[in-house]
Amino acid sequence: MQNRYSFGGDEHLFVECDESMSLEAFFKSLSMTNAVRDSQIKGVTEICPANASFQIKFNPDIIRPDDMLREVQAIESAASKTDPVIATRIIEIPVFYQDPWTHETLMRFRERHQDPKATDLEYAARINNYATVDDFIAAHAGSPWFVSMVGFVAGLPFMYQMVDRPRQIQVPKYLRPRTDTPKLTIGYGGCFSCIYSVRGAGGYQMFGITPMPIFDPEQKTSYLRDFMVFFRPGDIVKFKPIGREEYDHTVEQVAAGRFTPAISDVTFDLREFQKDIDGYNARLEGMINGR
Amino acid sequence: MAVKVLNPGLSTTVQDLGRPGYFHLGIPIGGAMDRLALRAANLLVGNDEGAAGLEAVFVGPHLEFTRDALIAVTGADMPIKLDGEEKPSWTALKVRAGQVLSFGFLQTGARIYIAIAGGIDVPLALGSRSTYPIGALGGFKGRAIAKDDKLPVGNAAGSKEGRSIPEALRRRPGMPAELRVLPGLYWHRVTEETHRNFFDDQWKVAPEADRMGYRFRGGRPLQFVERDQPFGAGSDPSNIVDSCYPYGSIQVPGGTEPIILHRDAVSGGGYFMIGTVVSADMDLIGQLQPNTPTRFVKVDMDGALKARADRAALLDRIRSVFA
Repeated sequence: MQNRYSFGGDEHLFVECDESMSLEAFFKSLSMTNAVRDSQIKGVTEICPANASFQIKFNPDIIRPDDMLREVQAIESAASKTDPVIATRIIEIPVFYQDPWTHETLMRFRERHQDPKATDLEYAARINNYATVDDFIAAHAGSPWFVSMVGFVAGLPFMYQMVDRPRQIQVPKYLRPRTDTPKLTIGYGGCFSCIYSVRGAGGYQMFGITPMPIFDPEQKTSYLRDFMVFFRPGDIVKFKPIGREEYDHTVEQVAAGRFTPAISDVTFDLREFQKDIDGYNARLEGMINGR
Repeated sequence: MAVKVLNPGLSTTVQDLGRPGYFHLGIPIGGAMDRLALRAANLLVGNDEGAAGLEAVFVGPHLEFTRDALIAVTGADMPIKLDGEEKPSWTALKVRAGQVLSFGFLQTGARIYIAIAGGIDVPLALGSRSTYPIGALGGFKGRAIAKDDKLPVGNAAGSKEGRSIPEALRRRPGMPAELRVLPGLYWHRVTEETHRNFFDDQWKVAPEADRMGYRFRGGRPLQFVERDQPFGAGSDPSNIVDSCYPYGSIQVPGGTEPIILHRDAVSGGGYFMIGTVVSADMDLIGQLQPNTPTRFVKVDMDGALKARADRAALLDRIRSVFA
């Protein structure tokens, strides 16, 4: 897996780690962006990891584009010798699947969907060969996910399923994007899950909603007082299915400033993960709140 | 001191030179679309070049001043009126308490910049006063200004009226507009014929043109090099595994209508990009009206850096007016 380098105008260096999505490509993107950050190259103004690529914005008045390229290429050869290990955190995200709000929205935009007679979850379950929607939800909530990119709009996480490729859920986006998506919708497009950080247009299938805000520009939410964006690339997410009662309760707790997300610091080792994916994931999940 | 909004115009936002550093979290740099025009307006009224001003697109606002002020309007050509009396653009203007600033119909260009001595003094959000409406962040309450808003203005440094920026130093797009493009990113995804067509064809600005991106139509559809789509990329040949998007990058969903991402860009997505508009020409895009004929001009990195140096030299000449 050799990086492909290209300049995005005179201010961006664009690096594609692989054409295809894989945990290895994401991991390379994340570890290289970490290494670029640590190297403190003068003139770098933004370091943005994506799913299987990354981008560095720089000031060409301070560092010449060719020098920028050489610095990052040198980091690539050094990075290939380091252990594929990162310090990160695992977070439990409560999800009310099949909630009334995304249901109302998906019914409003049925004519833009591949299968107007089914719900988004029914469609996704069927094309991924799950017998029932409940089985599909169990799979979506059954393994952890890597936040492989934060962006599109403010604070929106893209998440990649931490299972081997044959078990990976894949669902196409809507035929035509919707003009509306409820805030905090759990979405799905291609091989990525996402959480819509704000209300707005969207093309991902809608599976449910979380009561837990992930972007707060006013920084009034108790756990977003230090910074308005919750997610960071490299976070590991585990979805926890909840019902209406727990959803309502959590919304109240958030409003009262009494909700604290379940978060634990973890070390992720790609080699150990690949040796025994299910066993490794089970140990990761066991570390949420030290349980 | 405050400025009262009598009529906000079409979409008028508080903008400065933007908030770098948060694109990896999906928060774009934002700031004035035409940065040279904002800098010039600020210099005219004695502000720091990066002070917050108002950016108004297509239609100017009506503003009532509650105290004496020094202002300047730069950018697009739009008649400027103080209590109905026409005033020159690109010039420091004295406004007396109670006077109303208003505008006539847009002539050329797309965006005007209104600087007020002291700057628009809304709170900093992540280091900038720029408005990012999608995230309800920055600016005046995270949104475009509205009727009856009272905009706070900072303390003026003290500057004099009447100074003006010479016509030769006011940068405007040509006709057709020419935007210099460095090919790259996913350039290899389209055929050699498309490589030629893209730069040979005349395009025009589509109605879908805003701070997030400018769409163009009129050129021949792009032809893709055949391949099996990589895992995770989606089925359309214009799809890629979702990646970062550079500012100025040109994506072409479905291979039909190029979209240039601008200051309020989405930070990433799943469409291939054919190249990137050079940093020096981003200001020009901010002054394009819908239907403006536009040519993309191919440059290499040396050409991009030359354009950058030329723009920097122009800014230095503007600064020297005030030296």
